[in-house]
Amino acid sequence: MRPEDLICPTPQGLYCPPADVYIDPMRPVPRALITHGHSDHARAGHGAVMATEETLGIMAVRYGDDFTESRQPTAFGEHVSINGVEISFHPAGHVLGSAQICFSWQGFRAVVSGDYKRLPDRTAGTFEPIRCNLFISEATFGLPVFRHPPSENEVAKLLDSVALFPERAHLVGAYPLGKAQRLMALMRDAGYDKPIYMHGAIARLTEFYQSRGIDLGEIRPVILDERKSLGGAIVICPPSAVQEAWSRKFPDPVTAFASGWMRVRARAKQKGVELPLVVSDHADWDDLGRTIRETGAEEVWVTHGAEEALVHWCETEGIRARPLRLIGYGDEEGEAA
Amino acid sequence: MNRFAALIDRLGYEPRRNAKLRLMTDYFRDTPDPERGFALAALTGALSFRHAKPGLIKGLIGERTDPVLFALSYDYVGDLAETVALMWPARTGANEIPHLSDIVAGLNESTKADLPRRLASWLDALDETGRWALLKLITGAMRIGASARLAKTAVARLGTLEPDEIELVWHGLAPPYLDLFAWAEGTGPKPDTVNPAPFHPPMLSHPLEDVGNWRETLDPADFSAEWKWDGIRVQAVGGNDSQGRRVARLYSRTGEDISAAFPDVVDAIQFEGAVDGELLILREGRVQSFNVLQQRLNRKAITAKLLTEYPAHIRAYDLLVDHGEDIRGLTFVERRVRLEALVAKLDHERIDLSAVVPFADWDQLTAARATPASAGAGEDADAVEGIMLKRRDSTYVPGRPKGPWFKWKRDAYTVDAVMMYAQRGHGKRSSFYSDYTFGLWRQGDDGNDELVPVGKAYSGITDEELADLDRFVRKNTTNRFGPVREVVHARDTGVVLEIAFEGLNRSTRHRSGVAMRFPRIHRIRWDKPPREADRLEHLEALLASR
Repeated sequence: MRPEDLICPTPQGLYCPPADVYIDPMRPVPRALITHGHSDHARAGHGAVMATEETLGIMAVRYGDDFTESRQPTAFGEHVSINGVEISFHPAGHVLGSAQICFSWQGFRAVVSGDYKRLPDRTAGTFEPIRCNLFISEATFGLPVFRHPPSENEVAKLLDSVALFPERAHLVGAYPLGKAQRLMALMRDAGYDKPIYMHGAIARLTEFYQSRGIDLGEIRPVILDERKSLGGAIVICPPSAVQEAWSRKFPDPVTAFASGWMRVRARAKQKGVELPLVVSDHADWDDLGRTIRETGAEEVWVTHGAEEALVHWCETEGIRARPLRLIGYGDEEGEAA
Repeated sequence: MNRFAALIDRLGYEPRRNAKLRLMTDYFRDTPDPERGFALAALTGALSFRHAKPGLIKGLIGERTDPVLFALSYDYVGDLAETVALMWPARTGANEIPHLSDIVAGLNESTKADLPRRLASWLDALDETGRWALLKLITGAMRIGASARLAKTAVARLGTLEPDEIELVWHGLAPPYLDLFAWAEGTGPKPDTVNPAPFHPPMLSHPLEDVGNWRETLDPADFSAEWKWDGIRVQAVGGNDSQGRRVARLYSRTGEDISAAFPDVVDAIQFEGAVDGELLILREGRVQSFNVLQQRLNRKAITAKLLTEYPAHIRAYDLLVDHGEDIRGLTFVERRVRLEALVAKLDHERIDLSAVVPFADWDQLTAARATPASAGAGEDADAVEGIMLKRRDSTYVPGRPKGPWFKWKRDAYTVDAVMMYAQRGHGKRSSFYSDYTFGLWRQGDDGNDELVPVGKAYSGITDEELADLDRFVRKNTTNRFGPVREVVHARDTGVVLEIAFEGLNRSTRHRSGVAMRFPRIHRIRWDKPPREADRLEHLEALLASR
């Protein structure tokens, strides 16, 4: 058999013909498997959705309870058989509930990674490498200039800045799902025990994280009238809010931004960031390579990102590789990856 | 070095002066001697060693990384030092992390042959930011997000000194400035060096247009006007040291000592005082364009040929110190009298006086600005950037005080051109298609109209407009030549850019036969079809009219 008999790219997204399911489809389909809750992967309007309980919960928070006609929660490691295809979900370490999806059929195994990372993150679980024949990887940071530093160092930068400028508010732009809550956890783990403030757009997802037993300490929503008094406070907000009028009421704000893109100066400067924090929820270059090796895959497909470099690397390692050039992934999370 | 690198990195992002000061003072307070002294030297441009060439760095990274991955990475990042800093295979713990002082010492004693090995061992030990700062430092391309003056102010803030007190002793000091730090922190005496020819921070102006209805609110009788020359602002200072020897120094507007690059001008500083002026290249009495001056700037070797072909001059604007007397507290008119006397007495061909532009009312001045050639600038009119207005009663105040001095630049020329090619930018705008080649219509050999490239522009637009143009380029690419994309430019499809430029010269190097000075994008004319863009004849006529 050919790998394409089990998994193939279509305009709607990756498709598994024998099971008749789509993975992270961009348009409504009868049956979808969803790797994680970011909205470029998890869209509303599918007939049936199979995902982890956390991902289903996140979709309900974002789209309302009627985001699909039928929900099918699955636990990590649980095997489901659809038309002879064994399907299982495994931790991807990207955000809460994020999963890789494994397909076994006629002795051939393919893993769709979704988005993933290997750095420790107590809010997202730990990535498990799965031996497979075909590994379908992202490559958001698929260039060897992207090596994410230990996240603790980046959070220390933020806390040092707060100590040096105790009268200024520190606004930290962070993607509302995953990055925001991970930063909160990192600050707590670094011993920061003051209340952390958050923009309203982050509140419901943060509450969802807390409801799943993730300890983030005291998180307070920003009350509009209180902005002027928040000198010395750390405020987590969506990246777009940093540039908006909303941010101007804070006392002499330092604008920070947590993203893997902050590794490249020009990208940070283009966004007017004053305190770039290299914190990413995606695998960096070294971890992409390490992961591909650990899966033992003889073939790699690259969904989105800097596919050219990763495909080249695979070839130099003797691994067959091809870019899928799937349109639509990486758009929504974009600069905040 | 990692701590210093982190400081440089943070300064580069921080726009606020006071925050920069606090970052630097904090660094100086926490960092021991002699490390902080070398950092101060780096911040003030006082470090000197033989710079490494980019080729050396490319060689080192070439031995360590895959060429295809390097090329893709460099294309993405757009900056060699940064690409190498990020791609360098880390060998944390391999070596001891070098101090900045180790690096300075190492660079001074290294030979051409062992520099690569030394550099590689430092790069192995540093983190990404440390590697970036080191590579910028050794290639002489380190941009500090703070002026030398601000760094000295940060030292002053360690205690209760005034920045000017440091300025006055500065030129007698050398890295690592142990005596300076001791003085600033109150643990040592004032360094016993008095600079006989110190720098005085210059007075700067605001754009006249920033004053609302200035024609009504400002009284022409209060002001004196001069041409604003398109050279570089300098300060020429002469004095006598304690042994009575003549000391002459030339400073840039930031206080950098540029005497070594301009021995011809320094020779002319045969006076005791401080002259504020414009550095210009004059050939047979005619002021040359800024392009010509640029040939003289940033040269490593100052050869006799360079001095002959690019003779530098100072056009004197103001006098700050006259025979040891600080006259900055006098009015402009009073200082001007002293300046005229000094220049007349000096009678040196390399130093002349900036002429006063006479005017009775704003209309006359407006006319002078529009046609400097007929208002006294004569054949030098092309080097006139605009008009400087100074209140007659203004004292000389360092910095940019609001009110006493204004600049009123000449209107730029504009032309509607069609985007033909685009290339990715470097630095701040890497990853965007931000450099555009644009063209004008002319009749081709076959009798049909064709577009001929006339210039290249990469500034003048906001980040949002840049994003729009970038999207346009990506969606309308018709051909690729390496990094260059050809963009659709037909009669009815394409994008028209309104280009502003300062001047025009004949050029044999351009296919169109003309070269623009400082072209930049004034506006994007999404509304205008390419067929309505301007024709080359328009520029020809501009050339002929001058």
